[in-house]
Amino acid sequence: MTDILVVAELAGGTARKTSFSAIAAAKQMAEATGGAFDILAIGEGADAAADALKGFGARKVLKAEIAGHYWAEKYAPTIAAAAEGAGVVVACASSYGKDLLPRVAAKLGAGVASDITGISSEGGELHYTRPMYAGNVLGTVKITSDKQVVGVRQSAFEASAPAGGDSAVEDFAVVDGDLGDRIEVLSTEVVQSERPELTEAEVVVSGGRSLKSAENFENVLEPLVDAFGAAMGASRAAVDAGYVANDLQVGQTGKVVAPKLYVAVGISGAIQHLAGMKASKCIVAINKDKEAPIAQVADYFLVADLFDAVPEMTKAVSAIKAQG
Amino acid sequence: MKILVPVKRVADPDNADKVKVSADASQVTSDGLEWKMNPFDEWSLEAALRLTENAAEKKRTGEVVLVSIGPDDAVQTMRQGLAMGAERGILVQSNDGDLDSGVVASVLAKIAADETPDVVFLGKQSADGDSNVAGTKLAELLGWPLVNYATKIVTDDEGKSFTVTRELDTGVQTIKVTGPCVFTSSDRILQPTSIKNGQTPDDFAYPASEGGRYASLKGIMAAKKKPVDTKALSDLEPADRTDEYLSFALPEGRTGSVAFVETVDELVGKLQSEAKVL
Ligand SMILES: Cc1cc2nc3c(=O)[nH]c(=O)nc-3n(C[C@H](O)[C@H](O)[C@H](O)COP(=O)(O)OP(=O)(O)OC[C@H]3O[C@@H](n4cnc5c(N)ncnc54)[C@H](O)[C@@H]3O)c2cc1C
Ligand SMILES: Nc1ncnc2c1ncn2[C@@H]1O[C@H](COP(=O)(O)O)[C@@H](O)[C@H]1O
Repeated sequence: MTDILVVAELAGGTARKTSFSAIAAAKQMAEATGGAFDILAIGEGADAAADALKGFGARKVLKAEIAGHYWAEKYAPTIAAAAEGAGVVVACASSYGKDLLPRVAAKLGAGVASDITGISSEGGELHYTRPMYAGNVLGTVKITSDKQVVGVRQSAFEASAPAGGDSAVEDFAVVDGDLGDRIEVLSTEVVQSERPELTEAEVVVSGGRSLKSAENFENVLEPLVDAFGAAMGASRAAVDAGYVANDLQVGQTGKVVAPKLYVAVGISGAIQHLAGMKASKCIVAINKDKEAPIAQVADYFLVADLFDAVPEMTKAVSAIKAQG
Repeated sequence: MKILVPVKRVADPDNADKVKVSADASQVTSDGLEWKMNPFDEWSLEAALRLTENAAEKKRTGEVVLVSIGPDDAVQTMRQGLAMGAERGILVQSNDGDLDSGVVASVLAKIAADETPDVVFLGKQSADGDSNVAGTKLAELLGWPLVNYATKIVTDDEGKSFTVTRELDTGVQTIKVTGPCVFTSSDRILQPTSIKNGQTPDDFAYPASEGGRYASLKGIMAAKKKPVDTKALSDLEPADRTDEYLSFALPEGRTGSVAFVETVDELVGKLQSEAKVL
């Protein structure tokens, strides 16, 4: 009978979709342990977000309103206090979860299972699957401390949808951290995009170093992205070169995606890039080098110069979409 | 300024797809793969070196102390770091099997208390376990501020505080921290002007690189004479290990073998009729 606490990730006063993957994992855990799960909405806009989290079947939704910029030291004491009755604390292993959860774990004296992709159980004991070695090994692990802290890979847990429940919402008293005077957030720049989020999109079109410039990303790749109604991604090399912002990086150190269709345009397929996209259902490579390692995971490989193929493909896809 | 840089040796990450699992599924075996410095640690080490030098005059202005927790041959990895320019090393002798990120954090906390560095600069994750935990746990154990995923660092007040930009999934955040503090680095920490330390002229640009600096022959010779202290894991009151791996498996390969196509029409046709994703 282990209870679960889900830490929702908020942005602009609403729960990010990462939270719904964490909730999906918490439901599986609660089913396995016979316990209940609660959701904690913490941060600026927690009041409003908590209301929107009532419908997921949680025993209760706790809200801890904390104004201003996020930082881990500011949230961790409250989360640790909210976890007092829980055996497992869960959040999405987004940069938010990765930055926050180990701090909470240290406060609780808990072990961490980070970036899990699966949950199983034996006699109520939770076992987690997690990719290691850039996704080349899957480990099954259990956490042996009294409390456990778990980060959930978003792409591996289909987001829960509200099922119409009506959880009780309770205020949770904020516990102050003691680092307040040694850390000051000067600015938080949130990237705004009209496109779907990379980790949530059904189609992802990513570009690599071969695009050669920010202008080419805009003029050559983006029309194809938009013809598909896709999210745009990139290799590390493209981000390093400044063609696109860091939040678009796919891979071991970027985002992990598993869309229905992943189109890798002029990306060689380094092991660290594959770590972020090889769980995609259908993978298309557009590359002029047949020998590029992306061939190891691609379903379809168009051997072509991207500067010819991408505009042509944009036309073809737009035409198909226009027919509906 | 004194910076403590924990470095781990890992099986060559560029060949991670050659790692195997033992027949009884109880172990990962990386036989045949070379040991390398965890690339994430290499980036942090390079950043730490940049924070403690005058690059224009090629002069060290501070101290970088390496720590590795592992078997005796982890010293080889530290020698590489010493050859790059770090001043000395500390080896905490242990079997790899005795460690998890929590044990590592607890040991590093002891060493940090002893060494009183201005910064502990870790890699964000081990390229083998991909845990991404030790740095953040360490910061909490020490009660120090932490900036994960740093992409730019400017030292202020002669190294007593820092203005740091870091990467998040949703964008970037700029933070002012007062040391002592803990950093981990993002992929962009080694861009030519990512680090400003008040000693290297502000207009200095490092050559573009994806990893740490190469050791010079002189550096390699010097590294042989640099001190490496040895400590026993048990003397540092490590935390209990809290993870237990029950089994390992190789992921299923992707099913379809690749179909090469020559034209956009052919590709689009297959995406419609075969893959049904269009
Ligand atoms: C620790 C570590 C972590 C890393 N994490 C990541 C990560 O998270 N994500 C990531 O992506 N990388 C990561 N990398 C970097 C990775 O190793 C590769 O360097 C990077 O993915 C290469 O990017 P790329 O494919 O765009 O460039 P390249 O490897 O240079 O490939 C360019 C490709 O484009 C093709 N091409 C060139 N011109 C054309 C044209 N006109 N038309 C068609 N095709 C063309 C070439 O044939 C080639 O295959 C990491 C590296 C390390 C060491
Ligand atoms: N055995 C070790 N020795 C030294 N440093 C380590 C060790 N294990 C982890 N670290 C440090 O902790 C960081 C995060 O590791 P992890 O939590 O294992 O992903 C690494 O990038 C290293 O800087």
